[in-house]
Amino acid sequence: MSTQDQPLLSARRICRSFGPNQVLFDIDLDLVPGEVHALLGENGAGKSTLVKILSGYLSATSGDIHLDGEARHYRGSGEAEADGVVMIHQELALAEQLSAEENIFLGRELRRGLFLDRKAMRERCREALAELETRVDPRARVKDLSTSDQQMVEIAKAITRDVRVLIMDEPTATLTEHEVEVLFALIARLRERGVAILYISHKLREIERIADRVTVLRDGRLIDSGPMAGRSKEALARLMVGREITDMYPERSALASDAEVVLEARNMVVPGAVKQASFTLRRGEVLGFGGVVGAGRTALIEALLGLRPRSAGEVLRNGQPVALRHLRDAVRQRIAYLTEDRKGKGLVLNMGLRPNLTLLNLRAYCRPLIDRRREEQAFHEAIERFDIRLRTEARTAAELSGGNQQKLLLAKVMTIDPEIVIINEPTRGIDVGTKHQIYHFVRELTEAGCSVILISSEMSELIGLSHRVAVMCAGVLTGVLEGEQINEHEIMQYASGIKGVGVDEQRRA
Amino acid sequence: MNSVVPNNKSVARSQASFDLKTWGPFIALMALALLGVLINPAFLGLDNLSNMLTRSAFIGIIAIGATFVITAGGLDLSVGSMAAFIAGVMIILMNSLVEQFGPGLTTILLGIGASLLLGLCAGFINGMVTTKGKIEAFIVTLGTMGIYRSLVTYLADGGTLSLDWGVRDIYRPVYYGSLVGIPIPVLVFLLVAVVGYILLNHTRFGRYCFAIGSNEKVAEYSAIHVDRIKTMTYMLQGVCVALATIIYVPRLGSASGATGVLWELEAIAAVIIGGTVLKGGHGRIWGTVVGAIMLTMIGNILNLTDAISNYLNGTVQGIIIIVAVYLQRASWRKSAP
Ligand SMILES: Nc1ncnc2c1ncn2[C@@H]1O[C@H](COP(=O)(O)OP(=O)(O)OP(=O)(O)O)[C@@H](O)[C@H]1O
Ligand SMILES: [Mg+2]
Repeated sequence: MSTQDQPLLSARRICRSFGPNQVLFDIDLDLVPGEVHALLGENGAGKSTLVKILSGYLSATSGDIHLDGEARHYRGSGEAEADGVVMIHQELALAEQLSAEENIFLGRELRRGLFLDRKAMRERCREALAELETRVDPRARVKDLSTSDQQMVEIAKAITRDVRVLIMDEPTATLTEHEVEVLFALIARLRERGVAILYISHKLREIERIADRVTVLRDGRLIDSGPMAGRSKEALARLMVGREITDMYPERSALASDAEVVLEARNMVVPGAVKQASFTLRRGEVLGFGGVVGAGRTALIEALLGLRPRSAGEVLRNGQPVALRHLRDAVRQRIAYLTEDRKGKGLVLNMGLRPNLTLLNLRAYCRPLIDRRREEQAFHEAIERFDIRLRTEARTAAELSGGNQQKLLLAKVMTIDPEIVIINEPTRGIDVGTKHQIYHFVRELTEAGCSVILISSEMSELIGLSHRVAVMCAGVLTGVLEGEQINEHEIMQYASGIKGVGVDEQRRA
Repeated sequence: MNSVVPNNKSVARSQASFDLKTWGPFIALMALALLGVLINPAFLGLDNLSNMLTRSAFIGIIAIGATFVITAGGLDLSVGSMAAFIAGVMIILMNSLVEQFGPGLTTILLGIGASLLLGLCAGFINGMVTTKGKIEAFIVTLGTMGIYRSLVTYLADGGTLSLDWGVRDIYRPVYYGSLVGIPIPVLVFLLVAVVGYILLNHTRFGRYCFAIGSNEKVAEYSAIHVDRIKTMTYMLQGVCVALATIIYVPRLGSASGATGVLWELEAIAAVIIGGTVLKGGHGRIWGTVVGAIMLTMIGNILNLTDAISNYLNGTVQGIIIIVAVYLQRASWRKSAP
């Protein structure tokens, strides 16, 4: 890596307002070839807004952008891409109905004469996907791909261009561990080639590994910028949040030894996803669900809740068999479910914040017509309780930053006043401060006698919060770990099927 | 940073831009009315106005039903043929009831009851097939559109079904009569609009329609019975079609294979002109009302002038629809940052 490099892309005094609200204030940023520059900040700090400005998706209210020392005024992302400034979006921005290959070459299809050169495109596409070590079929429709595969297509789309500046907005939020490794290897190669990389992530461990330089934003202002060397994770977290974060994971609440079982699932089978799973949940307990992405955890829970069909299995609530055929039945049983896909399944993005909040339990706000005042009141309570921060008066849920969306979703599922709360990947794409709040919220819930099921791919989260951890591998619940057993090594063994029940049968089958 | 109560300025601003969108169709209606007056002062005559509103009632009532279907992400192409079919059955039924009950109120009430029931059932079928069969609404209702159309032709044996003259005399006021100076069809239109407005904007059902039309998955994960609500929108549409038919039958006193042709497109056009989003998630009842009136007004203005041939009615309507939607999109674009 060279040191005397001129910045390739430099931004000066960038400001941006949405309506009357300013979200970026005089931001300076330099991207140097062959350097990975990390951009940090809480949810809503303005990271996505800033990089959208750099890559031509948004215009700055004021400020200048220079590429190779020349002033640039991008009027669209196409112009930026022509300059080699390419961005991978936080929200997947693929055309769902098109194939992976068509998406990768969308808008710059290779041609031979008048016709599309499908062969050449497929070839380039295969190369790119191979470099990313994914098994995505170039002809598969994007709609049918898993979220992590979609993310890989998005990355492939970026690297098949002549990229000089690569901007990645939380690329790893939906990737599996292996895919993250592949991505990092790719980043290393691009860095060798002299590409300037801007990398946004909430995962400080990642930043520590790959960043050469870091810039921290808080509330739209530049707080700190400099080489990564000499800056610790803790220091960065403090800069982002503006306060010290101690006790990331609160002390677990004590579990009464005679705490009754509030929920039990027996011999659950979900076609194509879960082969065999039984578990119990006790009052005041946090039951973690570990395993790699695709192990069947979400399928198991959603089948239990009546969101997907199951071919066998029984659910007992407080010892009584219950038929949960529709999520409404689960709601009646005071079970709340927080989906992992807050944009696709959790919130109606083009609807206001209040209707989103009350949608799950709307009848509580009707008498018999919807009572707007009661909705408003509930909204204000939710803002208080869940610390939803509205820097701008957002008209729709889409305008909220990721962390605030998550808090709004949490507030939404809590409107049913549940006894059992099932949370699926609650901290995906969430900043440290908000994570901390969510963990403490889980603790408050169990304190108050609620039970929590926590599905998470973050090992530290499972270990830090759970009383017991159920681990799944390839559709089989391989074991439920307790006490001392709850550690990274043990969970990995069960998650990969080296240890645990049902493993041998599975091998033989 | 704490949660900030939005300052007054931002609220005022967002309301201002919101208002422009809400009032767009009304402004367009006013402009069109102004044009009408300039072309021919008779346009503003009480007779002409009430005549025009009465005519717009059919499409208007159907379009209010369509607003629900479209808001919830569906589409119903069968409404025109459904109206013809309901009219046909209603006429046959009333004609045969005359023998038993005579041409009295009983006959007419039974006819009306049958019409409503039929509308409800037809909507139920559309809804069930789309939701349970998981087939696109476009295809399903295209199918039922053909079915109802051919059924009415079959019932009429290729000709025209005519209502018994005795019944017609008694039934007549439903279209031609008026209450406190307002024609009955207009009153019904108004009533349906008010009920529709409350239903769409102030009840759970309406809120669910918005949610389903925006994102069905989210609705499902919000414990909403998506299939049930969607089916209900089609049933509501059926009832609206029945209501429109009940008013329509006394006007002509007959039904044939040519009754209600292209009504579905006019209804959809009225909905879209009014600012409801065709792909769902956003609906506006008053916009629909204005849209329906505008469509009739165009024909009316062309009637009053010689400058443009009456035969070009469709052309003018088409242009207005496209311009209306273009203006809405343009305002969307501007309000988006
Ligand atoms: N289209 C928009 N209209 C109005 N406000 C917006 C819009 N987009 C973003 N904002 C606001 O701008 C601020 C910055 O948002 P931005 O998405 O840049 O945050 P972020 O740092 O990327 O957060 P996250 O980590 O959650 O992705 C937020 O307060 C957000 O509500
Ligand atoms: Mg962001």
